[in-house]
Amino acid sequence: MEERLDLIRIEALSALEPVDDEKSLENWQVKYLGRSSQLMEIFKALGTLSKEEKPIVGRTANQVKVALEAASGEKENLINQRRIDQVLEGEKIDVTLPGRRTISGSIHPTTQTLREIYRVFGDMGFQIYRSREVETDEFNFQLLNFPPHHPARDMQDTFFITSKQDRGDDPLLLRTHTSPGQIHAMLEHTKKYPEDPPPIRIILPGMCYRYEQITSRSEIQFNQVEGLAVGKGITFGDLKGTLSNFARRMFGQEAKTRFRASHFPFTEPSAEMDVGCFLCGGDGCSVCKGAGWLEILGCGMVHPTVLENGGFDPEVYSGFAFGMGPERITMMRHHIEDIRYFWANDLRFLDQF
Amino acid sequence: MKVPISWLKEYVEITLPIEELAYKLTLAGLEVEEIRYVGLPQPGEKQQATKISGFSWNPEEIVIGEVREVMPHPDADRLVLCRLDDGKQEHTVLTGAPNLFPYLEKGELDPPLKVAYAREGATIIDAYNESKDMALTTLKRKKIRGVDSYSMACSERELGISEEHEGIILLDQDAPTGQALAEYMGDAVLDIAITPNIARAASILGVAREVAAITGGKLILPSLEPVMEGNPIKGRVSIEIKDPELNPRFVLGLIENVEKKSSPYWVQRRLKLAGIRPIDCVVDATNYTMLEIGEPLHAFDYDVLLERAGGKPPRIITRRAKSGETLTTLDDVERKLDDFTVLVTDQSGPLSLAGVMGGADSEVGEKTKNVLLEGASWNYVNIRRTVSAQGLPSEAAYRFERGVHPAIASQGVQRCLEWMRKWTGGVVAQGLVDEYPLPPFETRVKLTPGDIERWLGISLSAVEIGELLKKLDFEVTIKKDELVVGTPPHRLDIGEGMVGKADLMEEIARVYGYDRIPETNLADELPLQAGNRALELEDKIRDKLAGIGLQEIVTYRITSPEAELRVFPPDQSSPELDYLELANPISSDKTVMRRSMLASLLEIVEKNRRNRERIALFEIGSEFFPNGENKHPVEEKLKLAIALTGVRTHLSWQCADRELMDFYDLKGLIEELLADLHLGNVSYTPDTATSFHPGKCARIEKDGKYLGIMGEIHPKVKGNYKLAEAPLTAAILDMETLLNEVDDLFEVESIPAQPPVLEDLALVVDDDVPAQTVQLLIVQTGGKTLAEVKLFDVYRGKQLGEGKKSLAYSLVYQHPEKTLTDKEVASIRGSIVKRLEKELGAQLRSW
Ligand SMILES: [Zn+2]
Repeated sequence: MEERLDLIRIEALSALEPVDDEKSLENWQVKYLGRSSQLMEIFKALGTLSKEEKPIVGRTANQVKVALEAASGEKENLINQRRIDQVLEGEKIDVTLPGRRTISGSIHPTTQTLREIYRVFGDMGFQIYRSREVETDEFNFQLLNFPPHHPARDMQDTFFITSKQDRGDDPLLLRTHTSPGQIHAMLEHTKKYPEDPPPIRIILPGMCYRYEQITSRSEIQFNQVEGLAVGKGITFGDLKGTLSNFARRMFGQEAKTRFRASHFPFTEPSAEMDVGCFLCGGDGCSVCKGAGWLEILGCGMVHPTVLENGGFDPEVYSGFAFGMGPERITMMRHHIEDIRYFWANDLRFLDQF
Repeated sequence: MKVPISWLKEYVEITLPIEELAYKLTLAGLEVEEIRYVGLPQPGEKQQATKISGFSWNPEEIVIGEVREVMPHPDADRLVLCRLDDGKQEHTVLTGAPNLFPYLEKGELDPPLKVAYAREGATIIDAYNESKDMALTTLKRKKIRGVDSYSMACSERELGISEEHEGIILLDQDAPTGQALAEYMGDAVLDIAITPNIARAASILGVAREVAAITGGKLILPSLEPVMEGNPIKGRVSIEIKDPELNPRFVLGLIENVEKKSSPYWVQRRLKLAGIRPIDCVVDATNYTMLEIGEPLHAFDYDVLLERAGGKPPRIITRRAKSGETLTTLDDVERKLDDFTVLVTDQSGPLSLAGVMGGADSEVGEKTKNVLLEGASWNYVNIRRTVSAQGLPSEAAYRFERGVHPAIASQGVQRCLEWMRKWTGGVVAQGLVDEYPLPPFETRVKLTPGDIERWLGISLSAVEIGELLKKLDFEVTIKKDELVVGTPPHRLDIGEGMVGKADLMEEIARVYGYDRIPETNLADELPLQAGNRALELEDKIRDKLAGIGLQEIVTYRITSPEAELRVFPPDQSSPELDYLELANPISSDKTVMRRSMLASLLEIVEKNRRNRERIALFEIGSEFFPNGENKHPVEEKLKLAIALTGVRTHLSWQCADRELMDFYDLKGLIEELLADLHLGNVSYTPDTATSFHPGKCARIEKDGKYLGIMGEIHPKVKGNYKLAEAPLTAAILDMETLLNEVDDLFEVESIPAQPPVLEDLALVVDDDVPAQTVQLLIVQTGGKTLAEVKLFDVYRGKQLGEGKKSLAYSLVYQHPEKTLTDKEVASIRGSIVKRLEKELGAQLRSW
């Protein structure tokens, strides 16, 4: 009996070998595990066996059954996997076709640069302060140490606003820089804290206007970001450190800076900060016009007269201020040749940001 | 300021290469914008951050030659042949230079003419190439009208000195024949930008002082002692100054028997390199001296003044112009004078516009024999006002309006008289007539090392500070630890007190070197961190709108009333709008500040129409309005403007929604934006606004507060623009209201534990019942248990009957604690339906 069971097992397993589809697996199952299979016949005939034979044969028959069922299950699994493979083969798509995109717009390049500037100075504790675009001569010039008819006014050709009343030496005008905000901010601050005012650290962004012919290099309207730090013991060294840190954050850790003496009526000493050209590494290229340096911003120690006009005692307080053009910085970083692109709003330009 | 290096070297020792000098000057605030080489060899590859241009003369090829004889060309009237010695041998040189014709057929010239000779094979500038600036050419042997030509005598243009090409250069007699021209007069011109605080450097001597301070090179001061051998000037002219505030000093000198001829060539060359056209030796001497030491000078014809005074000694009076007074200046323009204009006059009337331009009557001319020379000092504010009122910039005014120290007035007269004596052969009258009623205030600034440390962040001893200041000729005395600093008599830019300290600290930092001041980090207390909520909200809006498919733009805020009127239908009478007007507009399309962001936006839509089939834009910016009397004269209102037109999605290979966007696309965007800002209770009420379609316009409100307006642009307004057929929609929202209404601290509900009950509800109502009303009633009646109501279908059809529509809503019932039973849901639904029936005459269609 046991020999027979062994034969059944061998035969069944070898018959299972070539089976490779569901149909033949089903046939095999009927033939070797079905109700009228030889194995089942043996189970049915167990009762006829002697008391001694019965458990032995029974156990062996069961082992065969388990073995065959396991083999069958394995086979079934194999066939199923193969079927999935076959289906997948038919589902092949062209992965080079374009994807379904949602429509999205973008933020104007100037805004993007402004945000980067905000972030860098924000990390250094500078808060953002905004003020009006239509100013008075007093705030745009006089309180910033440009007396009427001062030659430094030549550097800032101004749009004036007609006024119904005669305003004398204090006409309305479009601000030529965001510096009037420095005075507004300092006066608000020193009015709030008349005794021993705490320090100020702000940046002042916004649209400014100059009377200039519109060309690829100059615009009548442009953004400016100014900064102002006033406190006790702020030095020209702090100015250099803060702005060099800014340059490294903005233009890469390798960025080199250089401070050149310059002149602005509202700072003294005044300087221009140049950054080593990040496009050519200082060897000279078309963006830096062969100089290897890019003019990034003007800066200086706040002029004592300006501190005083803001309500600070210059014998106790000191501070620095700086100003830069986000459009110009954007132009350098993206190699934009024409500043008129910024307000022309051609979507073929804006789409690229 | 154009500074020829050869000239600069007369006043200061320079050992540095030119590019290095330029770099140091630039760092010290005298920005060298360009170095133009005129003969000297240019640096190699590695240059120092300065723009370089110009032309260098090869010392082997371009030398000083002497023309010994000028002979006719056998075959051409307009050419001559020169017998020329280049120091090695004689050549026959062909030229058409008109300034050689006077020497034609004069035999052997004694002395010979000194010229700039370019040998065979020399490279010079091609003077005939108009297409390119500084195209070069090489001299080759060829036959011109039967005569061999292989070399030439050069013009200034051919050597890059000036544009002059009428004749060849005729050098001064002392030019050594055979010497390389570059060695004799090779030069390089530094073009320096002079900022207002360095006005004192608007002269060669002024720049030399800076060079000396910065490089340590020795300063060489010019001699100011003219040879005076004529009759004394005293008693031959007098001066009266009416207002010393406007005219602190006035100095006169006299030179007689001048011969008006050309200046020596070296003078002409320097003037040209500095950008001034040579005229004759008298005028050239005034210009040369002005460039040299910074004092603008004016030359009068003394005989004209004598005549006007009836033969008596003229009396020169400086005063303000009287009302209605006029003066014809030497450019032959009759000028009406303002009452602030200062004049130099005599007893017969105005002679010149003080410090700006001379008058035609007393100008030195062809016949002038005796020259009265004026050196004066004027109030710079006044000069500036005159220059801008008369539209008359000049080299003299450029200096006076930036401030010239009165001490230089007499130095200028003395120096100029000596040049005139040398170049005109005249005799200088002994002495000067000098009125000096108002010397400048002598500042004495007290300064300590503590000040320097506090302001600059460097610690220097009093002695070290003193040494730095002395390099710039400051007078320094040190008492203990305090410096008392006096200003040298050529500067007007040092103030008093704290301002004076700052002025000096700038000078100390410049001479010490900005690059040597160490970088430090802000060490003072961190100020209050207040943030900027308005800007943060704006940025949130920008991010949201860009994220849902809109492009941010930034437009011109200066516009014209015509551009603004385009947002009104053409058949309406134009509204009378009060604009903020520019007093000095730059062009006719930019004359006022905008009142309407919509106009700016529609212009940009129009501009882009050919390039995009979907246009979705927004801008956050200001509108400007003149204000009533009592407030600030100008109101600036920050607005958010949106415009939308074209197809809903871009063309794609599948599933593209190519329908045109309409009112509801715009409304959806606004709803999404406001939802993102957690702004609830927003209502949209039908409205009419001039620029919008009367049936497709809504006022947006939050709790009854006006937020903005939105709608489809009125077809008549759209007709004012070149736009495609597609509907154009736009919205203008008020940023200030938005900022006030947004609450950053919105509440979040907890996730319900029980499953919701979902059902749909369709109702038939009259067509004119606004959907917002229906929805509001459902929400109110449903109460807290009705968690969500969404309209998902609007249907009109025959079976509903005329003037009816069906609205289908999807409802979500949700109780926070328990599972709702069918009965409870039915009861809520019942009351909703009942209320809609009662208040709106609605009929339940299905649920
Ligand atoms: Zn570069």
